Amino acid sequence: MDAPLVGFLVGLIAATLRVATPLLFATLGELYSERSGVLNLGIEGIMFLGAFAGFAAAARAEAAGWDAYLWIGLLVAALAGILMGLLMALLTVTLGLNQHVSGLGVTLLCTGLSLFGFRLVFGESAVLPRITPFATVNPLPGVPVLGTILDQHLLTYVAFSVLVPLGAWVLYRTHFGLNLRAVGENPEAADAAGIPVFRVRTIALTAGSALMAIGGAFLSLAQLGAFTPGIIAGRGWVCIALVIFARWDPVRALLGAVLFGGVFALQLRLQAQGVQLPYELLLALPYLITIAALAVAGRNAPYPGAYLKPYRRE
Amino acid sequence: MTDANEAMLVCMRGIWKQFGPVIANQGVDFDLKPGEIHALLGENGAGKSTLMRILYGLYRADAGSIAVGGAEVAIHSPRDAIALGIGMVTQHFALVPPLSVAENIILGQERGLRLDLRTAEGKVASAAKRFGLSVDPRARVRDLSVGQRQRVEILKVLHRNARVLILDEPTAVLTPQEIEQLFETLLRLKTEGVSVVFISHKLHEVMRITDRVTVMRAGKVVGTTATHQMSPSELARMMVGQTIVGVSKPPRTGQGSVVLKLEDVWANDDKGVPILKGVSLEVNTGEILGIAGVAGNGQTALSEVLEGTRPSTRGRMWVCGKDITNASPDQVMQAGVGRVPEDRHESVIDEMTVAENMAIEHIDEFSRFGLLRHAQIRQHAERLIAEYQIKARPNDRVRTLSGGNMQKVILARVLERNPRAIVVSQPTRGLDISATEYVHGKLLEQRQKGAAVLLISEDLDEILKLADRVAVIYNGKIISVMPAEEANPERLGLLMAGVH
Ligand SMILES: Nc1ncnc2c1ncn2[C@@H]1O[C@H](COP(=O)(O)OP(=O)(O)OP(=O)(O)O)[C@@H](O)[C@H]1O
Ligand SMILES: [Mg+2]
Repeated sequence: MDAPLVGFLVGLIAATLRVATPLLFATLGELYSERSGVLNLGIEGIMFLGAFAGFAAAARAEAAGWDAYLWIGLLVAALAGILMGLLMALLTVTLGLNQHVSGLGVTLLCTGLSLFGFRLVFGESAVLPRITPFATVNPLPGVPVLGTILDQHLLTYVAFSVLVPLGAWVLYRTHFGLNLRAVGENPEAADAAGIPVFRVRTIALTAGSALMAIGGAFLSLAQLGAFTPGIIAGRGWVCIALVIFARWDPVRALLGAVLFGGVFALQLRLQAQGVQLPYELLLALPYLITIAALAVAGRNAPYPGAYLKPYRRE
Repeated sequence: MTDANEAMLVCMRGIWKQFGPVIANQGVDFDLKPGEIHALLGENGAGKSTLMRILYGLYRADAGSIAVGGAEVAIHSPRDAIALGIGMVTQHFALVPPLSVAENIILGQERGLRLDLRTAEGKVASAAKRFGLSVDPRARVRDLSVGQRQRVEILKVLHRNARVLILDEPTAVLTPQEIEQLFETLLRLKTEGVSVVFISHKLHEVMRITDRVTVMRAGKVVGTTATHQMSPSELARMMVGQTIVGVSKPPRTGQGSVVLKLEDVWANDDKGVPILKGVSLEVNTGEILGIAGVAGNGQTALSEVLEGTRPSTRGRMWVCGKDITNASPDQVMQAGVGRVPEDRHESVIDEMTVAENMAIEHIDEFSRFGLLRHAQIRQHAERLIAEYQIKARPNDRVRTLSGGNMQKVILARVLERNPRAIVVSQPTRGLDISATEYVHGKLLEQRQKGAAVLLISEDLDEILKLADRVAVIYNGKIISVMPAEEANPERLGLLMAGVH
């Protein structure tokens, strides 16, 4: 292989892992919610809020001269996610409202809150506020190929090597995971078996929303070091599709995130290389691929039995 | 508390439960002795399930008290009930189909973080052996038959060291052999000191295995007696409040001509897998052909194909010589086929009124220039309500009707057209004795009038009572057809299990 091609591929793989990271966080978050029987359409807004809250907190902490400002940002993002998860649980679990409407409502609320909050915190300045983002960690500095591919953020390592195996382990090898699957498949049965259905769903929604918010914060705190209104750009909706593509399995979710991330990164590279294709087509490419993958893998998808169904005892 | 009560394992006193305007339990007292099998009898809506769901913590009583083992207890959830040694197998099974048998059995039980399936499977296997309930701990529940699923349910309860086992209409879906097995299990449990509450509409079952019986009517207890002191007809009278005249089949008049004919009919299920594999049948005028079989052997597909709601992939069908292969539901109806589908809620529109539901299949007759003629729809409904003794008003929403009355609405709608062929599926599933007798009477009346009736039922008693000929469906095929005189539960039960 000639050197430019190797360089291109190495760069592509490295970029793929970076792009896939926030998707992986949010997809796992959505996967847990849906496994409990609740579709969380608040995902797009919760990612947005995570990106904003994390950025705002980090910017303030950085200005105050705190060293751990990025971690503070991440923590605040997670807390914001938890709050929204609790709100979503209140609406869809406790009150048993329509999950589509509740989720879209939460997305609208989060979007509005973030934009409003941004103006409140940073004013209407013409220059985009910036922070110094997370630095990457590189276990093999200077080594060709691997050194480039492994030059990633700590959160990327966490997502791929901790979160996915941990997520699968919890789902399939713990009592909580068994309860979660039972609640999402047949809440009546779970209830009759003595499982606290509402509590399990609330935990799944809350933990899931925290992951979504961290996914959003990855974009502002690690990737960009800034917050823009277009920062999420439909990634949340992509994650909804990825969960179906993954057939509600954490390991397949990793594959889905890498597939989408790969196409997205490729599209960026091709743009940068000045390939003679319409810009709009390139932009649309990852989404088209998502739809295609969904059409192939999503047929006969094993939806959780209680998907979209609120539970009532009487 | 008196001495007599102390000998009781469970004492329910003055239980009240109201659902909106309906009072399901009005001051109910119920006692359960250790090691007894106690029948709970009553018509549809008498409040049996409600009472037991309260004991199991699925509902909360509005008033009343419960004592277990002599001590007053508060049961707020199944978790509380389980802790007190009470277990229940509900009318609709509470299993999680994609999970394994072992996973279903330990569900909600074990504490701690790690799920140790290997150990759980071992425990389940040994419990299965001990209680004589053979089932593979590693099988997926969705792959099990109804009888096997019930065994899983019972095992689930026993695995928690239950002292009280509540079974809500456990035999409704079983083959005769499976019912025998269930009864053996129950008698075995009794010797181990487990108390069983047995809810059923079938009096001969109650007579056979229960020690005492409590009869409920309209939310109240009519009485509790030792079973052997009662006869089935006395029990029936207690339940209904009046004597029930059972219908029976009059002899057939002459040899009929073929009305409904199927030749090598094939059909696929929703996943595209063949579910009917070459069904050939003939039903004659003035004849009831019973189709016996265990749930899931193609009965649903067969009725859907006949109704025109599922395409057949091969074969042909005729009504009175007219080809109705893959005709639309409307064309099938025009050809003279009346249908009483399996799921009552699918053949009526729950949110619409009784009058509207009665008119809906022939709505063009009740409209002019596209406008509905409400007066006419109402008169039509009033006439049918009177004729079929339906306990409802024309403007009641069908959703609020009891199962028996809902079935009467459907029957009235079908039978008033004087269909030449009638396809009925599970017509009395879940109905109580009087409603069942009513439906049976109507079907026999149609037979006398010369209609050809195809009766698909999982209830063997029903088939044996009504059918002139019995066909057994197994794995999508009719594996045997015999005159009713040659049919008996043992023979049919074996055929239904695929043994022949
Ligand atoms: N969850 C509920 N919501 C509203 N009404 C209910 C509910 N459960 C029961 N009912 C009503 O309470 C009454 C008693 O119902 P229940 O299910 O206890 O009767 P049952 O004796 O078990 O009848 P069946 O033989 O049909 O099972 C009925 O009128 C029923 O419609
Ligand atoms: Mg009941």
